[in-house]
Amino acid sequence: MKIVKILGGGCPNCTILHNNVLSAIRELKIEAKVEKIEDFAEISKYGVMSTPALVINEKVVGIGKLKYKKVKGLIENG
Amino acid sequence: MIFPWLDSSVSWLIETLNIDLDSQVGTAIHFFIYDTIQITLLLIFMIFIISYIRSYFPPERTKKILEKFKGIIGNFFGSTLGVISPFCSCSSIPIFIGLISSGVPLGITFSFLITSPIVNEAAIVMLFGYFDYRIAILYISFGILIGVVGGFAIDKLKLEKYIEDFVYNIKNANIVLPKMNQMDRFQFSWQETFDILKRVYKWIVIGVFAGSIIHGWVPEDYLVDIAGPDNPFAVIIVTILAVPLYSNVLGTIPIANALIGKGMGIGTAMSFMMATTALSLPEMMILRKVMKPKLIWIFIGITTVGIIAIGYAFNLILGVI
Repeated sequence: MKIVKILGGGCPNCTILHNNVLSAIRELKIEAKVEKIEDFAEISKYGVMSTPALVINEKVVGIGKLKYKKVKGLIENG
Repeated sequence: MIFPWLDSSVSWLIETLNIDLDSQVGTAIHFFIYDTIQITLLLIFMIFIISYIRSYFPPERTKKILEKFKGIIGNFFGSTLGVISPFCSCSSIPIFIGLISSGVPLGITFSFLITSPIVNEAAIVMLFGYFDYRIAILYISFGILIGVVGGFAIDKLKLEKYIEDFVYNIKNANIVLPKMNQMDRFQFSWQETFDILKRVYKWIVIGVFAGSIIHGWVPEDYLVDIAGPDNPFAVIIVTILAVPLYSNVLGTIPIANALIGKGMGIGTAMSFMMATTALSLPEMMILRKVMKPKLIWIFIGITTVGIIAIGYAFNLILGVI
C-alpha cells in the first residue's frame, strides 16, 4: 500500500492538491493511505521549502502547483 | 505612452461615442481603458519571461546558494534572490525554517524576507509601464538596498534568541529537486502568468479606476503643498499612513501615478507603494509562528525606516536629474 502525504500549511493550493490526490486514487483504483501534513516543523523535515509538496512513500516527488494529470502519473508510478 | 496605436484607437473610440476627449469624463475614460489594456499586455509578456527565469531559482536552490556566503556579500545575495525567488506568503514559514536550519545566518535570511515582498515582478512591470525604465531600475536597486541594510542591521543586533526554539531543533534536509525540462519550464511560466494575473487583476482594475478618477477630477497641482517634494514631512506621514493600510502593490501604482501627476513627489509615492505591500498584518501573524514578537517589531521598524529613507533618496535624486 502506498502512503501519500501532502505537505502544506493549509493554503488554497494545498487543498487543491489534496483533492486531486483523492480523485487520482479513486480513478486508479489503488490502495493508498492519504495524510495531510500541516505542521511546519514536520514539513521542514522533508527539506521542502515551497508548499504544497507531494510525498509518496516518504520520497518528495513533486513541489509547488501540480496538474491533475501529473499527480495521477506520480501516484501511479511513485 | 508605450503603445501609440492603442492610444489613438482609444481616442477614436471615445470620440465616436461623442465624448469630448478634453473633458473630465473623457480624460478619465481614456485613462481607464488605455491603462487597463496596456498594463494587461505588459503583465502577460513580462511575467512570462520573469517566471521562466524563476523556474531556475526555486527556494530550495536559493538555500544552497545562500549557504555559501557570509557577511555583507551574503546579505546582497539574500536580498537579490528575494527579487527572483518565487514564493507566496504561505511558503514564508517553510522558507524561513529551511534557511535557518541549514545554517544560513539570521541577517541573510532577513535580507531575503525583506526584499521579497517589496520588489515584486508585477510592480516592476507596472513601473515600467507608468514611468520609465529608470524608475523601475531605481526601485529594484533601492528594494535590494533595504534588504541588504536591514539584514545587516539584524545580524549586528544579534537577535537569534528571538527565534522560536523549535526552529533550531529541526534537522536540515536536502532534497533532490524533481527535474524540469524546457517543456516543464514553459508550462510553469504559463501557469504562473495565469495565476498571478488572476490574483492581481481586481487590484489593478480598482487601482486604475481610482487613478482615473484622480486623473480626471483632482485639480492640477492640488497636492504640491501637502505632499510635494518640498514638504520635508511628506514621506514620513505617507509611509506611516500606509503601513497599516494593506493593499496589493499593483493597485497602488496607478493611484501613485495619478497622485504624482497632481504634484506628489515621486519618492513620496514610492514610499507609499512600498509601505502598503512590505508590511501586512496577515504576514506578521504568519511570522509569529517562528519568531517572538520583539523580532517582528524590529523587523517592522527597520523596514519602515528603510522605506522612509528611500522616499527621501528618490525625491533627492529625481530633483537633481
